[in-house]
Amino acid sequence: MTATGSAPSQARPVSVVPVIESFGLRKVYGDRVAVEDLSLEVYEGEVFGFLGPNGAGKTTSVKMLVGLIQPTAGTARILGRPLGDLEARRRIGFLPELFRFHDWLRGEELLDLHGKLYGMSREERRRRIPEVLELVGLAGVGHLRVRTYSKGMQQRIGIAQALLNNPRVVFLDEPTSALDPLGRRDVRELILRLKSEGVTIFLNSHLLSEVESVCDRVAIVNHGRVVATGPMSELLSRELTVEFRLGALPDGVVGGLAAYVQVETVADGPRPVVVARAADETAIARAVDYLVRAGAPVYGVVPERRTLEEVFVDIVSREGAEPR
Amino acid sequence: MKALVIAQLTFREGLRKKLVWGVLLLSVLFVVLYVWGFHLFVEDWRQMEARRAERGVPPAGTYEIFASAMVLLGLWTVNFLSGVMTIFASVGTIASEIDAGTLQAIVPKPIRRWEIVLGKYLGFAGMLALYIVAMVASVILTARVVGDYTPPNVVQGTLLILLVSLILLSLTVFGSTFLSTVTNGVVVFMLYGMAITGGLVEQVGTALDNDLLIRIGVISSIVVPSDSMWRLASYLFQPRLAVNFLGPNPFGTTMPPSAFAVQYAVAYAFVLLLAAMLVFRKRDL
Repeated sequence: MTATGSAPSQARPVSVVPVIESFGLRKVYGDRVAVEDLSLEVYEGEVFGFLGPNGAGKTTSVKMLVGLIQPTAGTARILGRPLGDLEARRRIGFLPELFRFHDWLRGEELLDLHGKLYGMSREERRRRIPEVLELVGLAGVGHLRVRTYSKGMQQRIGIAQALLNNPRVVFLDEPTSALDPLGRRDVRELILRLKSEGVTIFLNSHLLSEVESVCDRVAIVNHGRVVATGPMSELLSRELTVEFRLGALPDGVVGGLAAYVQVETVADGPRPVVVARAADETAIARAVDYLVRAGAPVYGVVPERRTLEEVFVDIVSREGAEPR
Repeated sequence: MKALVIAQLTFREGLRKKLVWGVLLLSVLFVVLYVWGFHLFVEDWRQMEARRAERGVPPAGTYEIFASAMVLLGLWTVNFLSGVMTIFASVGTIASEIDAGTLQAIVPKPIRRWEIVLGKYLGFAGMLALYIVAMVASVILTARVVGDYTPPNVVQGTLLILLVSLILLSLTVFGSTFLSTVTNGVVVFMLYGMAITGGLVEQVGTALDNDLLIRIGVISSIVVPSDSMWRLASYLFQPRLAVNFLGPNPFGTTMPPSAFAVQYAVAYAFVLLLAAMLVFRKRDL
């Protein structure tokens, strides 16, 4: 794969044209609810991360969106068209979590088959197949049977298959599960490259660092419903942990501070340190303002930026673990 | 049409199956033995005729009946082999692909689900049609070249043998949209066996003039009309003389199914194929 600039998420405001919209998608198997209520919007050109613990209904959700599973209730639109619309499907790419192909075909034959299914002409296929093989790092092995490929190579050809039609929306369900660290980096770069071309990407992954480095927005699902959603930067700063380094700690200040932030630890001494959690950055500013007015000189405010993993663990454990 | 893409894939995939090659090998062996057997039969007959001539006895004049019986045996075998091939080639066509997960990248493509089912059906049907035509041709040519005998109604008879396979194909494809590969194989093969047995029971009933046995045969041919279509084919493949001479027998019949039975069989195959499409349309993958 060719490396493009790897500047992640923060750049480039995404559009407000919804490419994927779902309204109360629900899937019930007997008395087991796999997806309770999936309602979300994904905008054109953004990389959307879909996170959740095992069994939260991530794959079921994606399968409903790409037409593998019939929703029990609810509706969804992709590229402004209802689920299952062939015109929309022509512009969708999908890599299944369980990437299994007709492995008795050669790599090129497999892509040719999928190209035909996309309705691509012979010319288009002849031009595009070597391109995508190159794109996923499989140039030179297209003539080998897919069965002889390693797991990682099979996942790569799965990605190639999903990009064959120059899709406008790509659903990637755990696209790096079989890849080594180098392969993962390749996929990360590929995602950013697609994003730079304006492709919308729905990334289903439990590799939080991967999501954190490429996604613009994320949704966290648990027990089959979206429990948190928003731009990555907002989600990461949603609850900040801050360390206030003070010159003094007059009586009652800790109590007063609680009006602005949630105080976690207090280390008294000649240079008191208060660690607190703030709902947002405004709360920190107001807390600093209060401290100064209360006669506690502020020497430093050190925000501890949380990782997506911490946010995720926090949200999911607050929700309670999978009831199994 | 996207169904043809699937048909092509299915055809290629079918040719990769060991079982299909097993049946093909067996078929080649059968044809070789058949040519040899027909040759021996003709030799015997000539010697017998020669002995009769020596003794001054007039020729038996029943050569046509025995040659026809030889052809009937050959075609019965073709019918049986193509039936077995149909069931085992297509038994897991949808079920095993659901299990393997290979459909997960296919179904989200701009193709309708019924086109996938139709494509698979057409792929197998094409493979079976080639097989049946080649095998019937082998039998007929053997009779012609070795035995200097040509049975009547070759085209209609061949189409009926193809219909037998299409009936079984519809049944198998339908089953594979909701049963596991193994269950489907067991169920369809049992139904196939039941149809054959039902046909035999009907022949016995005809021979003994037993209404109950005949009714059992008729019911079985409603449940799976494969055997009754074979009986009609066998009736058409024989000259009237041979039919009357052989009487009710395991390979043919004296009372051919009606035109309505043929319509029923065609509708049966068609409706099961439609049912397969409907079931697969709703199936979660």
